[in-house]
Amino acid sequence: MLNLLKQLCALSGVSSWEDEVRDFIRAKAEPYADSIRMDTIGNLIVFKKGKKPTGNKLLLSAHMDEVGLMVKRVEEDGTLRFDTVGGIDRRILIGKTVYVGQSHLPGIIGSKPIHLTSRDERRQAPKLDKLYLDIGARDQAEAERYVRPGDIITFGPEWQEFGNGLLKAKAIDDRVGCAVMLKLLEEELPLDCNFVFSCQEEVGTRGAFGYSFALRPEIAMILEGTTAADLPGVREDQKVCVPGDGPVISLVDGGTMYDRELFETLRDLADAHGIPWQVKRMVAGGTDARTIQRSRAGVRVTGLSDAVRYIHSPSSVAAISDLDSILKLARLFLQRVAEEA
Amino acid sequence: MEWMELLNQLTRAFGPSGSEGGIRKTITDLIAPYVDEIKTDAMGNLIAHRKGEGKRLLFSAHMDSVGLLVTHVEKEGWLRFHQLGGLTAQDIRRQGVVFENGTRGVIAVPEDKEEDRDLKRADLFIDVGADSREEALKQVRPGDACVYTGTPFAQNGKVFSNYLDDRAGCAVLIEAARRIQNPQYDLYFLFSTQEEVGTRGVKPAAFGIDPDIGIAVDVTGSDDLPGSDRWCSSVLGKGAGIKVMDGSVVCQPELVAWMSAVAEAAEIPVQQDILRSGGTDAGAIQVTRGGVWAGGIDIPCRYTHAPVEVCALSDLEAAAALAARLAESGFDGR
Repeated sequence: MLNLLKQLCALSGVSSWEDEVRDFIRAKAEPYADSIRMDTIGNLIVFKKGKKPTGNKLLLSAHMDEVGLMVKRVEEDGTLRFDTVGGIDRRILIGKTVYVGQSHLPGIIGSKPIHLTSRDERRQAPKLDKLYLDIGARDQAEAERYVRPGDIITFGPEWQEFGNGLLKAKAIDDRVGCAVMLKLLEEELPLDCNFVFSCQEEVGTRGAFGYSFALRPEIAMILEGTTAADLPGVREDQKVCVPGDGPVISLVDGGTMYDRELFETLRDLADAHGIPWQVKRMVAGGTDARTIQRSRAGVRVTGLSDAVRYIHSPSSVAAISDLDSILKLARLFLQRVAEEA
Repeated sequence: MEWMELLNQLTRAFGPSGSEGGIRKTITDLIAPYVDEIKTDAMGNLIAHRKGEGKRLLFSAHMDSVGLLVTHVEKEGWLRFHQLGGLTAQDIRRQGVVFENGTRGVIAVPEDKEEDRDLKRADLFIDVGADSREEALKQVRPGDACVYTGTPFAQNGKVFSNYLDDRAGCAVLIEAARRIQNPQYDLYFLFSTQEEVGTRGVKPAAFGIDPDIGIAVDVTGSDDLPGSDRWCSSVLGKGAGIKVMDGSVVCQPELVAWMSAVAEAAEIPVQQDILRSGGTDAGAIQVTRGGVWAGGIDIPCRYTHAPVEVCALSDLEAAAALAARLAESGFDGR
């Protein structure tokens, strides 16, 4: 699983440019799938039969896309102006190495040197229009040979395991969900499952509208990465969730109140099998569940998330121990849904 | 059943957004005698169907209430919470709460924030009297929700109670269902979930029912308090509000005219209700599938979402009478 996640995080897949991730997943899933198709918006829908022929009853979903940047303009001096795709805190951008376009051309996000800044400018994080991307081009003509407005920009893929069982990478949100689903696909399943590797989650759960309408699930489980805030100076009850404290069982977030009975099922399964679990202590963020839940005449939604520090940054941090716990609990959930089907 | 008896049962039933199991059971028992079929959908919506000929007419009242959801138990035994629906720290401080399992508590203010005018919801915590996390966890777990405690009473023709929003609407639907003699429609009574967190339950329910006309029965503001900012048009005691618009919907004028005409013919006191902000299930119903005729019967209510809300019993009476008459009157559309 760790190796799989490492491979997945290294791929580039900014919202609506998910091709690299989709190709990788398709190749991995092919040997185990009964059918694979891509829909018009770019969701990869993998169906695998299980022991019980339950058809479209259960849907599992994880999004392939990640947050990133997009080139807006090539300046006369050869630097690039950019915009964000998905929620990115601009404070984290300065000094980062990023990669532009399909050729992964390296560049550095720069800003005005400190000796030229005013006192006011030093007090606050620079706005996006004060930042620029330096790809080392001499001028506009040279830069335009390599990049065009609309090219996407991704964070660097450096993977690092460090500290007490932690890992650092970009795009853990939500390659971790993709990895869990790929591991499940390898197994003999207790019931039929639709695995959706979705697109455009980071720009407003847009991929979910199509696949939830088309697949008509009764129950949907969303596998996600979610924001941890176990940081110095943060009050105990505002830490949201903590890497290493187990899967975050979805109960409520900014977009959804998840199905209470399914929440209790997961909570009780975790307790019965000695798997640590947590709920989010502060309500923030959203997942594809918000769209799936209200699709057609309604869908029961639930979810498991990985607690990720510094989410949506090139240095997202997660606990290795949580990965297996999520897989284990998801597997138990499938079993339970099959038993009750 | 008398209004107060009905409201007593409905306002005391447990049902904050997302945890509507208790109130669903209560309403199921109350509405069962007047309908042919009852079902619960994936989002927990209760859909009561009185089979009939003609167009599908949907009446909707949300059964969820605002509430608090425990997100964290501190080592000293204090509970931290998230709000379900629109609550202000000023409204809920020092209020008693009760969990579904009967555990009680009080919403407490940290000592150093007592005088703080900018008191935030996140500053508050719930005290259940536990001396440690372990003791608290025996009664309450993260994810459990709680609601205001309260005892409804009537005085001067008004009802004072927690959760008149929208148990008053639920009471009106149950009472209307009892009164309807000759329905002109295939009738649905929807008791929807998760309205307080963004009219989430009604959307899939309306998709499933596929109505021609949808009428939401919910509370509205009351423009009769000192210092009114004319945020809304209705006042307590002047009759059922016929919704013209709110923050979520502009009702089709033909439907508003029909509702007004039916009320006038039956001599039911009504007032035109216009609310500048805030939304109801009507907004979600209107944009379902290929579009639905959407209206609202609004019950003026003071102090909405606070631990004690106030409505006029005569307005509930008018609302129920209007709903029943509408179900017995044909609507031609445009």
